[in-house]
Amino acid sequence: MKGGVLVRSIILVVGIYIFLKFVLPLVTAPLPASLIFLYLTLTLSGILIFATLSGESTEAFWGPIFRFLRGDGQEGAMKLARLAVLLLFPLLVGWQTYNSTAPSDQPPGENRTIHPAPPGEFVGLSNPFQPTPENIAYGKGRYFSLCFPCHGNFDGKGPAAKGFNPPPANFSDPTTIAMLQESYLFWRIKKGGVGLSIEGMPWKSAMPRWEHELSDEDIWKIIMGEYDGAHQKPRTWE
Amino acid sequence: MGNHGDIRPTLIEQYRRRAAQVTGVAVAIGLLALPALGLAQDAPTSAATAYRDIPQLGGSRNLIWVIAQLHLLLAGFVLGVPIFAWLCEIVGWKTGEKRYDKLAKEFTKLLTSSYATTALFGGILLFMLIGFYPKLMAYLSDIFFPSFVVYCGLFLIETATLYLYWYGWDAMQGTKKPLHLFLGFLLNVFAFFIMIVPNSWATFQASPVVIAEGSDFARAWAATWNPTWWPVNIHRLIANVVLGGYICGAYAGIRYLSAQTAEERDHYDWMGYVGNFIGVFGLLPLPFAGYWLMREIYQYNQQMGITLMGGFLSWLFILQAMLIGVLFLGSNYYFWLGITHRIPGSEIKYRKPIMTMLVILLLCLGVWMTPHSLVASLEEARKMGGTHHPLLGVFGVMSAKMTVANLMILVTFMSFIMYWRAGKEETAGWAKVAKALMSAVLVIAGIVVIVLGVWGYFVPAIIRINYFSVAQVLIVLFVMLTITPLTALLLRSARTTTEMVWGRMPPRAGYALVLNAVMVILLMTLMGYARSSSRVHWHIYGVMRDSSQYAFSPALGYAAAFMSLNTFLFCMLVAFIFWVATMGDKAKGKDPIEEKKQVPVGAYPAMAGGSQTLDKKH
Ligand code: HEC
Repeated sequence: MKGGVLVRSIILVVGIYIFLKFVLPLVTAPLPASLIFLYLTLTLSGILIFATLSGESTEAFWGPIFRFLRGDGQEGAMKLARLAVLLLFPLLVGWQTYNSTAPSDQPPGENRTIHPAPPGEFVGLSNPFQPTPENIAYGKGRYFSLCFPCHGNFDGKGPAAKGFNPPPANFSDPTTIAMLQESYLFWRIKKGGVGLSIEGMPWKSAMPRWEHELSDEDIWKIIMGEYDGAHQKPRTWE
Repeated sequence: MGNHGDIRPTLIEQYRRRAAQVTGVAVAIGLLALPALGLAQDAPTSAATAYRDIPQLGGSRNLIWVIAQLHLLLAGFVLGVPIFAWLCEIVGWKTGEKRYDKLAKEFTKLLTSSYATTALFGGILLFMLIGFYPKLMAYLSDIFFPSFVVYCGLFLIETATLYLYWYGWDAMQGTKKPLHLFLGFLLNVFAFFIMIVPNSWATFQASPVVIAEGSDFARAWAATWNPTWWPVNIHRLIANVVLGGYICGAYAGIRYLSAQTAEERDHYDWMGYVGNFIGVFGLLPLPFAGYWLMREIYQYNQQMGITLMGGFLSWLFILQAMLIGVLFLGSNYYFWLGITHRIPGSEIKYRKPIMTMLVILLLCLGVWMTPHSLVASLEEARKMGGTHHPLLGVFGVMSAKMTVANLMILVTFMSFIMYWRAGKEETAGWAKVAKALMSAVLVIAGIVVIVLGVWGYFVPAIIRINYFSVAQVLIVLFVMLTITPLTALLLRSARTTTEMVWGRMPPRAGYALVLNAVMVILLMTLMGYARSSSRVHWHIYGVMRDSSQYAFSPALGYAAAFMSLNTFLFCMLVAFIFWVATMGDKAKGKDPIEEKKQVPVGAYPAMAGGSQTLDKKH
């Protein structure tokens, strides 16, 4: 089986690409190109590592490539293929370079920091209220009347959620409020999207600034209701 | 980036909002600086200057960045190498194998030759700090004066010990060897203190403890024993060993590639192996130490913790994952190359296990490198509903990262065990039972680590951090502590079926060693940046603000360019030092006895183009 390693490697890379690009989106949201690139790079480095372990496997992997590029004893179609590769590859590189430097009307990729550091005055605050059933129920009541339109039933899928980018946070997701301390939520609810710190840019979050509508007491109780409703616990250090 | 224009006004606004707070801090600083007034009266001009700058040379901050990083890297090397040079010497002494003693001496040669340059850069750094940041340095001197004195004393005795250790090497062989070993021990003790004293200054800047009352000594002591001091000490101690090991490995790799004689090839192949082994050995506990450090930072100040792990510096941790990933892959690759080339005929036998380990490593890396918020175009983000992928987003948090880090450590450990056992056949009657037991331990450990990782999503953060993550680490340690002695026992009675052959590695092994060293250096420059920029606009966090024109965090791309520059400069520096230090060897190599051992025609130096056919002729 000549060139077997090489052929299998190519099949593997193409297979993984198809899986990431076309199969995975059938069950979940499509992956961004950066992630697909990352996973393909990993696959490729795995292949290179495995193929170059021994002298024989290295030869089996690189041999066909080198022979093809050198054009040893090639005839007809192979010869043409080689010429085509030698011509098209530099063109491809040129095109890539052009593409990545040419001005375009696409906005640049976003690397929004979802959880920027809170301002100093909000660090270390603790909830002054006890999580009694009454307090929690009160907080939940306020939550459902004020936050529900966006944050929904603690799952970020409120009736108005579709209209916003970034979308309203999903509190049941273990990567949101479960990772945060209560003081952090206090800051976010009080100051909203406009109060995000510098590294939270671009500041286009629709999260309202509640400090004028809600008293501190209400906010603390809503936080309790929020954690309870989302079945999460705030981060603590004790 | 066109957005910078927008940042400024917000910054100013924020500063204004915090004006009250800043005033409070300023008053506090003023009060704390009262003792300095005595000094200030004698020299009114020096107290007035807060900063000096040389904008023509790129500005004070960039200059300090380069010099401090180079000094730190050199110091890491100089403090890491004595640890294993000394261990190597002990092994040589205990087993009576001369080659260990020779290797230890070679390590020490690299150490001695870098020592002066390290001190030189320390000196430059100090002058620059005093020149550029008079106010900050006055404050730090005021607090740390007692430890400055201790530091100078330590440096004197460390230098004396190093001279004795290096120049006395040949004189103290035989019966005087224990004395020499004792010197090596002292060298390490002093080196450790030389590391932790300046660590206290640097960690103080990140997590200051300032007490207003008490003697000078009491104030210095309180400032020294700050919350991140010990986590940084431990993390750096281990990282220095890793740095030292991989750099010695790279040195051996280059010497191997340029070796002219069969003997040299054998020796440097072996030295490369030892270097890689030391590096890996240190690498295994390093993530645990790093995790502990992060945890302490988080606990000390949520703001700093979030800036690092969730805020704008969190991208550095994705880069970190990539570099660590290359390091893990590179080290395992080297082990695997060793199995296939040094143990003739083992290739077929180990293909399957190697493939399995490789796939596990890659899967783990895939998880580790997946960021929480992804880089996505507007279009892509809209389809995902945010920069946070609904399915793969779960890989972005600590529970997943800790789990895969632990699995990668397990796999790398097994690579080593496999290498260790390769070419030997266990003869003990209980070998079967022992092997089954080891496999069981390994598989169960792997499963438990994964289960804990997944479960970690469903428990409060504090339970995950205090119990689950700790349990994962303990499990991995348990595996290492059971399998290592068991393997050692097994191998004691084992029969060697295939002798290990040195000097047969292909050139890419040498390059892999160099690559690993470069990765470690890049990692240190990266995390060094993370550590110092997590203070954001503070010289001393929450105590003394940075009011210079450089009180902003540079864009990540700019910072990355500096990390690369520092890595490059350090590599050049080390290459130069090693070149000078080994000039003598090359001259010696030319003597007639060595000449006779020249390899026959056909066996070219491994560097010769990396051609397999050349290797095969050998
Ligand atoms: C107009 C829609 C809207 C309403 C109403 C709204 N939010 Fe939000 N909220 C958002 C959006 C969008 C985000 C995500 C962007 C961000 O982090 O700012 C968010 C984020 C948050 C976060 C941060 C979560 C995290 O993981 O960082 C908290 C906490 C929060 N909202 C609480 C509330 C509470 C409590 C209320 C009701 C008092 C509320 N929100 C009402 C839109 C809304």
